[in-house]
Amino acid sequence: MNHAQELAQNATQTAHAASVDPFVFSFTVFVLAIIVGYHVVWNVTPALHTPLMSVTNAISSIIIVGALLAAGPVEMNLATVLGLIAVGLASVNIFGGFMVTQRMLAMFKKRQ
Amino acid sequence: MLSVNMVAMAYLAASILIILALKGLSSPVSARRGNTFGMLGMGIAAMVTLQLDAVQNYAWIVMAIAIGGIIGGVAARKVPMTHMPQTVAFMHSMVGLAAVLIAVSALYDPQAYGIAAIDGGLHMASRIELFLGTFIGAITFTASLIAFGKLQGLLSGKPLVFAGQHWVNLILGISMLICGVIFCMTQAWLPFLLMLAIALMLGVLLIVPIGGADMPVIVSMLNSYSGWAAAGIGFTLGNNMLIIAGALVGSSGAILSYIMCKAMNRSLINVLLGGFGGDTSGGVSSQSAGSRPVKAGSAEDAAFLIQNSRSVIIVPGYGLAVARAQHALKEMVDVLLKQGVKVKFAIHPVAGRMPGHMNVLLAEADVPYDLVFEMDEINSEFSDADVALVIGANDVTNPAAKTDPASPIYGMPILDVGKAQHIIVVKRSLSPGYAGLDNDLFYMDKTMMLFDDAKKACEAILQSLE
Repeated sequence: MNHAQELAQNATQTAHAASVDPFVFSFTVFVLAIIVGYHVVWNVTPALHTPLMSVTNAISSIIIVGALLAAGPVEMNLATVLGLIAVGLASVNIFGGFMVTQRMLAMFKKRQ
Repeated sequence: MLSVNMVAMAYLAASILIILALKGLSSPVSARRGNTFGMLGMGIAAMVTLQLDAVQNYAWIVMAIAIGGIIGGVAARKVPMTHMPQTVAFMHSMVGLAAVLIAVSALYDPQAYGIAAIDGGLHMASRIELFLGTFIGAITFTASLIAFGKLQGLLSGKPLVFAGQHWVNLILGISMLICGVIFCMTQAWLPFLLMLAIALMLGVLLIVPIGGADMPVIVSMLNSYSGWAAAGIGFTLGNNMLIIAGALVGSSGAILSYIMCKAMNRSLINVLLGGFGGDTSGGVSSQSAGSRPVKAGSAEDAAFLIQNSRSVIIVPGYGLAVARAQHALKEMVDVLLKQGVKVKFAIHPVAGRMPGHMNVLLAEADVPYDLVFEMDEINSEFSDADVALVIGANDVTNPAAKTDPASPIYGMPILDVGKAQHIIVVKRSLSPGYAGLDNDLFYMDKTMMLFDDAKKACEAILQSLE
């Protein structure tokens, strides 16, 4: 009994001491996301490959999250100005990408 | 202000919505709802980021979003469907440039991102991630711009090849890596800017040797790069939302490139080395073309043949997009359907200049998608078809891909047009396709050539039908 408790305590301590590097954590997420992407995209019908490209284009503009952080500080310097330009560019893609995808998808109709 | 954990949960929700957006594309029925999910996910991600303490500069940010949004929105409404490939290429370049700007900004002011080390510099890991994000972003930016120029016709679609090209690229690539390593060791601006400049140059040099017909692969590949660039920035900022979305886009583009390469029976390396379908192989075909007899016919002949058949399979290609003939074609098809002729469309995976290009054009012209079939679905039906009508397609119908082991396109899967009872080929001239090859299909006894622009030909056939 005592021995088991000791072991458990040791185990918890080790787990706490060796906390995972943030990079490894991000990398885990990255690899899992690639696998999800792989399975989801193979199921996309070839007829919709062009909308797939335009919507992934909009999605990769998620980079706006980084741009917003860059543009965030109130004092303007080179970093904020570049960030603001990036926000603008990403916005072009987000609005353009989703809207053009919507426009394309609306065209795909079945026979009446 | 949401807590850190709440923010992470909101990003998780946004990521799931984005996955659902891609999942929706498995069928045209679910695709529109999927797109709404995608917009919702993007909205959540942006909103959650906007309410962070680090983001205070609202007036300017709202202005930047408004300007970008209006430009994007207007462009999305105005752009003709025939211009989708260049539009997509242009959008890729925007993502690449945004990634570069964010990386430069992060290097200039690491504190704003909360990634500064105690001494105000960057951790080694951040430097490596910054290096990766910057060079992928820079290559995506210039490579996409060149692809855009080629697709838009601002630059020649012909491959530009010069002696020692691959050595130049190799040397530049190695220099870029060396600058990157020096940057990672010193965090100095000079090697960083040098690395950036070389990456921008490499982007140009990588795309100039690639010909028009290989564009579907290149556009897909740049799609993939734009995702990896976003993921790279995500690593720099330690932001899972960026990593997930970037990885999804990256794998999506990679799969599309793979599908396109497979549909051309070529490796990605072979496409990237470039020079395919240029003047190098064009010389061989011009000898054989012209000397062999072809049967040319008029639009009335074609109309007569089509009208008296039970089933017609239409094979559209890039020529349809160039002539913007999709609407004229649709009118013609409507008349045929009314007259009781069975009409189907056969699409080769690399028809046009980007994956799915033909499907979108036909959908724009209101052709129902259940009349449109992929190569594998319809290839067995050509032998039962009375007429195969080829409009502006060439290499994807070339029987040499099956019969001639010496042909550069040998092994490429093709549409079995040659098996139809009669074949009508609408083409402006006998000029070889992008692979620079002569097409034996044109010289078969059962083939009739209709030498005209795709749109004019469709209109003329329509007139004779009525």
